[in-house]
Amino acid sequence: MTRPILLRGGRVVDPSQSIDGRLDVLLVDGLIEACGQNLSAPDTAEVLDCTDMIVSPGFIDVHCHLREPGREDVETVATGARAAAAGGFTAVCAMPNTDPVTDNQAAVGFIIRQAQRAKAARVHPIGAISLGQRGEALAEFGEMIGAGAVAFSDDGRPVVSAQLMRTALEYARTFNVPVIDHCEEPTLSHGGAMNEGIVSARLGLKGIPSEAEEIMVIRDILLARRTKGHVHLAHMSTVGSVELIRWGKDRGINVTAEVCPHHLTLTEDRVGAYDTNAKMNPPLRTAADVAALRDAVADGTIDLVATDHAPHHYDEKEQEFANAPNGIVGLETALAVVHTNLVATRVLDYSRLVECMSCAPARVFHLPGGTLRRGAVADVTVFDPHAKWTIDPATFLSKGRNTPYAGERVRGRAIFTIVDGELVHTMTHTTR
Amino acid sequence: MTSALGKDLLGLEALSSEQINLILDTAEPFKEISERAIKKVPTLRGSTIVNLFFENSTRTRISFEFAEKRLSADPVNVSSAGSSMSKGETLVDTARNLEAMRIDMVVIRHGSSGAAQFLAERIESNVINAGDGMHEHPTQGLLDMLTLRDHFGDLQGKRVCICGDVLHSRVARSNIWGLRKVGAEVAVCGPRSLLPNAIDEFGVTVFDRIEDAIEWADALNILRLQIERMTGGYIPSLREYNRVFGVTRERLSRAPRDVLILHPGPMNRGVEIDSDVADGEHSVILDQVTNGIAIRMAVLYLLAGRNPELAESAKAAAR
Repeated sequence: MTRPILLRGGRVVDPSQSIDGRLDVLLVDGLIEACGQNLSAPDTAEVLDCTDMIVSPGFIDVHCHLREPGREDVETVATGARAAAAGGFTAVCAMPNTDPVTDNQAAVGFIIRQAQRAKAARVHPIGAISLGQRGEALAEFGEMIGAGAVAFSDDGRPVVSAQLMRTALEYARTFNVPVIDHCEEPTLSHGGAMNEGIVSARLGLKGIPSEAEEIMVIRDILLARRTKGHVHLAHMSTVGSVELIRWGKDRGINVTAEVCPHHLTLTEDRVGAYDTNAKMNPPLRTAADVAALRDAVADGTIDLVATDHAPHHYDEKEQEFANAPNGIVGLETALAVVHTNLVATRVLDYSRLVECMSCAPARVFHLPGGTLRRGAVADVTVFDPHAKWTIDPATFLSKGRNTPYAGERVRGRAIFTIVDGELVHTMTHTTR
Repeated sequence: MTSALGKDLLGLEALSSEQINLILDTAEPFKEISERAIKKVPTLRGSTIVNLFFENSTRTRISFEFAEKRLSADPVNVSSAGSSMSKGETLVDTARNLEAMRIDMVVIRHGSSGAAQFLAERIESNVINAGDGMHEHPTQGLLDMLTLRDHFGDLQGKRVCICGDVLHSRVARSNIWGLRKVGAEVAVCGPRSLLPNAIDEFGVTVFDRIEDAIEWADALNILRLQIERMTGGYIPSLREYNRVFGVTRERLSRAPRDVLILHPGPMNRGVEIDSDVADGEHSVILDQVTNGIAIRMAVLYLLAGRNPELAESAKAAAR
């Protein structure tokens, strides 16, 4: 059995119990034993001083790409899980656009096994909606759930067929799991390399209009209304999407949504002189979109923050803009980027931050964690909101170095990441 | 030494009006060199220049080559067919290999927007953009401006309408930035499916009908309509395009003033422009080609760090 851990003297923020105060947290046998004032440590306990730090239920990233199997040169389950732990995540959900596609129980089981070997953050596989992500035949949801899948998505590829999306939402009801859509109407987005607008027109790059996302957002919401299935909308990026989600939620439709740190902080201007580290899908949009997304994550229209961590080999990003692949890494920057840009600027308070990065992901995806309630799994993130650091991709534990935040001064860093009552990451050097 | 233009010429959007006028003024004395029996000055003797053409080009490549040779530089032409580029070499590796050969300048034509910028950031040699994707074609913009200036004297307040496929056109973008910076009024005219959705943010007037454009303009710069635009579904047919947007003698005859006709070539006669307009008395299409060499000589000269004021004396020294 592992040693008990006493987290002493931190500011405990746990919106699942409406807790925000200076408390101790005791972890015993992989579970939360207690959360209260002046807890006494068992003799064997490791005591971690959390003074001036925030102690919260472990962060959960419901959207990342760990590239294994298929592209172990750019990331593996193990490197991804360690990068996650370094970023304060105690669990991540791995997207199924691997090679071969994670569309069957054996493939799901493989990821689970690789994650167990890694002994870092938990990794929950997401299964493909359709066989081979081809958008035709439904994959075996039940078998994959039996092997450990927690949700379904054809991420990276939109579900083009409305009929397939409808069937997936209906079929997933048996298992009470969300069906995730990457909302992109492909005939509108075809060939697009960035947001459609004045910047794409200036740079001579084919644009992706907001409507390519919004058309699929409203389609999915209407299908969720019809089927009463749970649709989860990945990486929302536009004002219009926010308005449509609000419309759906106001009518009690079972829709949840996520937003990425980059869509909350950067605009299309960041593409600058064809910087491929600012190329992602959905693309960076406008200042009006960023403002709407910030409001939406603050008021709950958008349920949670997810990274869309997408490592790529530097050779692939070192190309002509139109040829470079989409995506940036995010596991090791998400907390700092959101904290610096949204919490320090009072768009979000600490309670809402923890809600978006821990409680809501656990609730929406029916995952363990997301709470410090007695008896819950001992997944805990301790972060220092005062730690100032400069983002340096060379220090990432992820194999990916593709980030638009390189060189940025940020504030807020995970200090202790605890999974199942075991310390999986400790940040030793930090400045205030 | 840093040139008055900086290290590279990637586009006109980033240039100041002073820099644009400097290039146009520097081109003036170079025009004369091409009229001489011995069309050569020693200005860039010893400079090695690679003309790196990833896309087919006749006019632009030859024009650069003549400009280089008339300045006594040593050009090498590389086209993508039959080179390492067709063997899957990346642009960054091509760039590094060129750099290793200790060249002085690269003239690049590439199908990807931003390719010239990409190259310029990775090599120390001067980079001249000879057209990158749908982004810019700065020397074309400059030679269009020089041709307009030859005719109008001053471009301040002159009305230039760019007609046709603005959406996919690097020539259109370079013209819009360049002309606006020197004080011309710029309009565009074409089917909305071939104009950028954000065209209103470019600071140009938009005409939906070619008749209105002709009534407004002092000059029309008529873009080539690429045949792929029809198969790509942007317009229904070339015949209808000519019917609705073609610049015809009949339409020009209703203009309140003479309208100067420019076309960057190659022309589709009978599509965007009728033959009697292309060959008519107000056409300066071949003047554009002649001016192209002077503009490229000026750009090469300035990027090489030669003193702008010495353009005139360089010519004098060659006499």
